[in-house]
Amino acid sequence: MTNSKNRQKKVSPLTAYDLGLTISEYNKVIKILGRKPNFTELCIFSAMWSEHCSYKSSKKWLKTMNYQNSSVICGPGENAGVIDIGNGLAAVFKMESHNHPSYIDPYQGAATGVGGILRDIFTMGARPIANLNCIRFGSPKYTKTKYLVEGVVAGIGGYGNCVGIPTVGGETYFNKNYNNNILVNAMTVGIAESNKIFYSKASGVGNPVIYVGSKTGRDGIHGASMASAEFDETIDSKRPTVQVGDPFTEKLLLEACLELMESDVIISIQDMGAAGLTSSSFEMASKGKLGIEINLDMVPQRETSMEAFEIMLSESQERMLIVIKKGKEKDAEKIFQKWELPFSIIGKLTNTGNMTLYKNSSIVAKLPIAPLVSEAPEYERKWKKTSHRNNLLNKKLKKINIEKSLLKILSSPNLSSKKWVWQQYDHMVMTNTLIGPGSDAAVIRINESPNALAITTDCNPIYVNGNPKLGAKQAVAESWRNLICVGAKPLAITDCLNFGNPEKPEIMGQIVEAIQGIKEATEYLDFPVISGNVSLYNETDGKAILPTPQIGAVGIIYDIDYIAKNIWKEDELIYILGENEIELGCSVFDEIIQNTGQFQPPLVNLEKEKKIGNFVLNKIKKGFFKTCHDISEGGALVAISELAINSEIGAEIEAPKGSSSEWWFSESQGRYIVTIPEKQKNTLENETKKINIPCFHLGKVKGNALQIHKEMSISLEELKTCNEAWLPEFMTN
Amino acid sequence: MKAAVIIFPGSNCDNDAKSALEKLFNAEVSMVWHTDTSIPKVDLVILPGGFSYGDYLRPGSIASKSKIVEDVINKGKKGTPILGICNGFQILTETKLLPGVLIRNSNLKFICENTFLKVENNSSIFTSRYKYNEIINIPIAHHDGNYFADENTIKKIEDSNMIVFKYCEKNGSISKNSNPNGSIKNIAGVINKSGNILGMMPHPERAYDKLFGTVDGSKVFTSLLDKLLR
Repeated sequence: MTNSKNRQKKVSPLTAYDLGLTISEYNKVIKILGRKPNFTELCIFSAMWSEHCSYKSSKKWLKTMNYQNSSVICGPGENAGVIDIGNGLAAVFKMESHNHPSYIDPYQGAATGVGGILRDIFTMGARPIANLNCIRFGSPKYTKTKYLVEGVVAGIGGYGNCVGIPTVGGETYFNKNYNNNILVNAMTVGIAESNKIFYSKASGVGNPVIYVGSKTGRDGIHGASMASAEFDETIDSKRPTVQVGDPFTEKLLLEACLELMESDVIISIQDMGAAGLTSSSFEMASKGKLGIEINLDMVPQRETSMEAFEIMLSESQERMLIVIKKGKEKDAEKIFQKWELPFSIIGKLTNTGNMTLYKNSSIVAKLPIAPLVSEAPEYERKWKKTSHRNNLLNKKLKKINIEKSLLKILSSPNLSSKKWVWQQYDHMVMTNTLIGPGSDAAVIRINESPNALAITTDCNPIYVNGNPKLGAKQAVAESWRNLICVGAKPLAITDCLNFGNPEKPEIMGQIVEAIQGIKEATEYLDFPVISGNVSLYNETDGKAILPTPQIGAVGIIYDIDYIAKNIWKEDELIYILGENEIELGCSVFDEIIQNTGQFQPPLVNLEKEKKIGNFVLNKIKKGFFKTCHDISEGGALVAISELAINSEIGAEIEAPKGSSSEWWFSESQGRYIVTIPEKQKNTLENETKKINIPCFHLGKVKGNALQIHKEMSISLEELKTCNEAWLPEFMTN
Repeated sequence: MKAAVIIFPGSNCDNDAKSALEKLFNAEVSMVWHTDTSIPKVDLVILPGGFSYGDYLRPGSIASKSKIVEDVINKGKKGTPILGICNGFQILTETKLLPGVLIRNSNLKFICENTFLKVENNSSIFTSRYKYNEIINIPIAHHDGNYFADENTIKKIEDSNMIVFKYCEKNGSISKNSNPNGSIKNIAGVINKSGNILGMMPHPERAYDKLFGTVDGSKVFTSLLDKLLR
């Protein structure tokens, strides 16, 4: 198969190993082909069978999270999930990781993470309406952290701002376990007409395969394999595997694709993400049970003398592969000419079942598609349940001062305001942002209608580390609660599962249990997982990150006149709805103040969660609650402080008689803070009593300070400064 | 009212401007593509925010050489009201229709936040509905909004009452603290001498509906009505 014009590197089991395939996987390749592969073919196998593309370690367990409901239009397996939101519209969304590239080159890694997830959304025919980003860094004390924060935040802003999609939420988190393996999980939500969703399944032998978007260069080659390996000291030499983004081209590609989608020419469409042309063409052909023929000479290239394997594995950004109806080539080309984007017919669909690649008029690779996909390795990795360490306190508790503890917590890296981050993101462009960053959930109006989507992202990796199943369940429940808080009916979630090396049984155990937790919560709450992504091997020199099953959730608001916000009014009464236990295991209070190292995260009671959530949602929809905030990390006092800072009005509050100082910092789940005018007091108390929802009158909105009778008085000014100062100071010093 | 919004490759506030005009007074808005050679006869031309041509070279510089901008210059010189918002302001300085330049923010970062502005000139066609020295709240979102000009130019624009908006504190004081991007003299918006071309970094089209938390930007558009109805 090789000739003088297309000389290829020699192939041996060692070549396969260097490309990330095991010896047994290499033998499988030979068995499928009935011969030794050439180098290009081997590269294609290594990309397609990488953890990133094949989900070989997680597939077995992902399949168990199969709960869907009647609103789901498209579940996992496509570029993004699609859910019906009524009025002929659908929400299209997904979250994806770009962890390894962002550590190697924070600006480009994060920027192209945003670019990739945006393409996943508009590939489906949806116009993106919001971006969110969950970014997790190492300890602030670690030398590289500041540089990474600076680059990642600038990269996310640089890309999203230019494309003109508002970045409206996310999380920023610090923990030493991410020192050398940061996480960048990007989520995009789009809106499409529910009967005009585009899929990747190809059909129609003879239909042309079109390449549009940026030219192909040598950036990002072997990116998928790199993303599937642990880091070690050779990290700096991996920089060329990181792609370089161009948001300007993305904006043009977005507009051109959406314009093309308005005409009736597209059969299927797929963005070139991980493993570029390889995985996109394979996916299209394999879903359509067809063959595909590609002439690599027709692929627009930005560098000269690129080899076949380079063209096939390049992860150059802002590219799309489209199958269109035969005879419609000119119509399509006109649109891309208008947007001044490269357009090339690079091949066609065949009935051979093979992928055949030509270069310089000869065949450089010929691979059977079906077995390469169906016989992709799937591993049943050994796994070990996370041991539930003794939760009894061995240490004597210090007597604490509420005021000092609160100030310390509010100014800690994870609880301090993240304004420094989101001020660098355009969160208002498109003029639909009704609630932006820094709230329970973002609220984005849909096409200037009375409807809006609520969007949130959640995960507490400390909880997941203490108890993976419970922690993952909590992440789903919290995202559900955050949607309720703004008055949205929760619809569905996407997940981005970030873990260490699955070949280690204890890590595989975290994965398995986290999936079990997500499964349980999504089934109980009727909150299906409609898309997702898995990022494994997040380890450096053998040390894994905290298990981080990041959840992104979307809900619907039917009337934007009935939204609850994190703003209260003078003289309103403050209530906590939900059970106030004292649960301090894995809490912020324990980490920062007591340091007992208790490992059991707070319990999640899905039955109570649902009952209280539905009650609160109904009341918001009727305009009874206009202020609502969930109690999460840091406990009730932190949530109250956030409301006071946000509203610029203080409060006078008191804990139940006889409760300890710790009561204020408990992280018991399923709790909401709401406020009401005094005249509604009886209604609220009677109604909650009738259906047995715990309802505790905490105090009153009042004055310029946050006061606990005889215990604490902090001026709003001090509260705000304390909360907002840490991050800007950290970044400028 | 008839208006035209120019779309460059990379413009991303074009639809926001269109929506604002339609919502505020049911304006008839034509969207004009950058390769067109002429703008229809309208009462207002908007150069919208965004990243025309990816901000490559310098923000606004490539757009200032595009085909349609020749007609923008033409119409501007003949007195058609022209409003450049954010990237549009950058394009207007690049075409020299407005004095000065917009350089990188002094903190070298993109900044998106609500800012307070003081109306320094309420006699223009874009600001007649504001009170003199009124303090208004309009958001900014830019990476290169640091207004700069040499001393002579500054003196000239001050003497000719060409400074329309300045960044200020909530109470109206013009301080260093209230200057988000390092602009000289806290300048946020400038109008040409003949009074028909306004460039401003803040986004009035993001501040016309109480849903967005502020309606203070709407008068930039509604002031024009007074002129048209006169």
